[in-house]
Amino acid sequence: MRERAIFAAQLLFTLLVAGFLIIPALLSILAGVTANYFRGIRSGLTLQWVLQVWQLYDDTIFRSLLIAISALAVTLLVGIPAAYGLHLRGDRLSRAVEEIITLPLAIPGLAIALALLLTYGGFGSFRGSWLFILAGHVVFTLPFMVRSVMAVFATTDIRSLDETASSLGASPWRRFLDVIVPNVRPGILAGSLAVVTLSLGEFNLTWMLSTPLTKTLPVGLADSYASMRLEVASAYTLVFFVMIIPLLVAMQIFSGSRSGPMGARR
Amino acid sequence: MTGVALRIETCGKTFADATRALEPVTLTIAPGETVVLLGPSGCGKTTLLRIIAGLETPDRGGRIVFNDKDVTHVPIERRNVGMVFQSYALFPNMNVAENIGYGLKIRSVNASERKKRIAELIALTGIEGLEHRRVDQLSGGQRQRVALARAVAVQPSVLLLDEPLTALDAALREKLRGELDRLLRALGITTIYVTHDQSEAMALGDRIVVMRKGAIAQVGTPRDIYFAPENRFVAEFVGAANIIEAVCEGGALVLPGGALPLANGTLDGPAFAMIRPEAIKLVAAGGARLHGRVDSVSFVGDRQRASVGGAAGKPILVDVPNTMAVSVGDKIGLSVEPGAIRLLPGDPT
Repeated sequence: MRERAIFAAQLLFTLLVAGFLIIPALLSILAGVTANYFRGIRSGLTLQWVLQVWQLYDDTIFRSLLIAISALAVTLLVGIPAAYGLHLRGDRLSRAVEEIITLPLAIPGLAIALALLLTYGGFGSFRGSWLFILAGHVVFTLPFMVRSVMAVFATTDIRSLDETASSLGASPWRRFLDVIVPNVRPGILAGSLAVVTLSLGEFNLTWMLSTPLTKTLPVGLADSYASMRLEVASAYTLVFFVMIIPLLVAMQIFSGSRSGPMGARR
Repeated sequence: MTGVALRIETCGKTFADATRALEPVTLTIAPGETVVLLGPSGCGKTTLLRIIAGLETPDRGGRIVFNDKDVTHVPIERRNVGMVFQSYALFPNMNVAENIGYGLKIRSVNASERKKRIAELIALTGIEGLEHRRVDQLSGGQRQRVALARAVAVQPSVLLLDEPLTALDAALREKLRGELDRLLRALGITTIYVTHDQSEAMALGDRIVVMRKGAIAQVGTPRDIYFAPENRFVAEFVGAANIIEAVCEGGALVLPGGALPLANGTLDGPAFAMIRPEAIKLVAAGGARLHGRVDSVSFVGDRQRASVGGAAGKPILVDVPNTMAVSVGDKIGLSVEPGAIRLLPGDPT
């Protein structure tokens, strides 16, 4: 009897906490498809706000995607060889470099943005283009790629694999493609998902680096909250959810399966 | 296939942090010969192997020559060497056949030829039926065979093996040692084999290079190394040895418990004598030239190992047949063939 009471109390507490967290998200989504939020759901459901968001802000959505994919491309091209190099050297210098790469995580995005503005703000065409935002996103997301690839390097005897491949006649490039990349795929995948999600959702840095012509989705979101009907802002949130949730789910599935097939390979 | 002659000329190695891993070493290895680099960890044997492979560059002045061709500055991928690491380093993203065929694929050998060669190697190393296994589904012994098959698939000029049996348990190690020996002789590839295990070195090496603190302590056939060590380090590292500090006088080794005749009677003065435990016989005390007392006996199956006090300055280890009755406190005599006493330089190295 007493156990049941304890269980019921625990369940109630859990549901309350979950409700406290989930209800705002549901309300926000609901607001985005309600004809008039102040009159409530009785006013009817509509997709007009979503449509309006699309008309007003479609450029921010495409720009966010463009920046996220570009950030992914850059972090892949720079991050994997960097992780490889740092792992192979493995000395005090490479540990220092790793720390420096990781530093942007500990610094507020605003400070990074300010530093970029101070340094490159004078280059008008660069400052005014989406590439300026990309630069900020790469600074911010690179550590996630490097660290997650390095984590896999640390659990694999990648050096012996590389040396063996070289003894069999493979050139450095060939080894990189045939042996290194396939064997750090879990780290690359985890890093890629982190980079894309972080880039899509990044606000601090981006808000400072963007111009009215280079707004990204989160910056547009802030803009719509400040200046638009609540329904439009909510519909915008809905669009963001639709973009980001599949990525988060993929990340979750992936991190769950990492200990499975890849773990068994060791 | 004929082996390649290998010449290592004054190859030393100083690492970036100024650690001296290898003193300049010179060594000539005949085509098809198997040379074992033997020594404790940190003796420089792996560094020397890595220099031969091309994974490390020797210090200025060092040269690696394959059949009169200087390969010192040829990168490893163009040296045509086969390597097997202690960890085997099988590619986890490839199955057994793909692992074995990787070097052939790199050399653009066509698919049908490759398939034929892989099948030959699978048969040669006795791993039939495992072609399509993932490497994480293999036992330690199977991994070792795959690694070896992969290394020899490309018909390397030189085969380099870095402690290839160390990761296996003792029984399997002995079995694979025999297989490896047959395989190396059948292939006739010039082979450098690194190990810290003296019995492996004895069983596999045409010659053994004993290394210590980055330098060669002795080069010789297993018999040379065992019966005629040139210094105390080699005597003690390879097999069990009694190193006795004594004085040579009148053609005999004079000890507290008596004297032992020497083969070379012209030496006089203080000396270090090495006598292997199995070269000493326990005999009746009466009439023996050297006397002692049994301090301890331990039965180890195929023999007994006794420690005899009072004969020399320190206890002498003696191998006693496993059926001989001997007990602690027995007063006994010791007899040693003059030829089994090896005088070593006074220097402890």
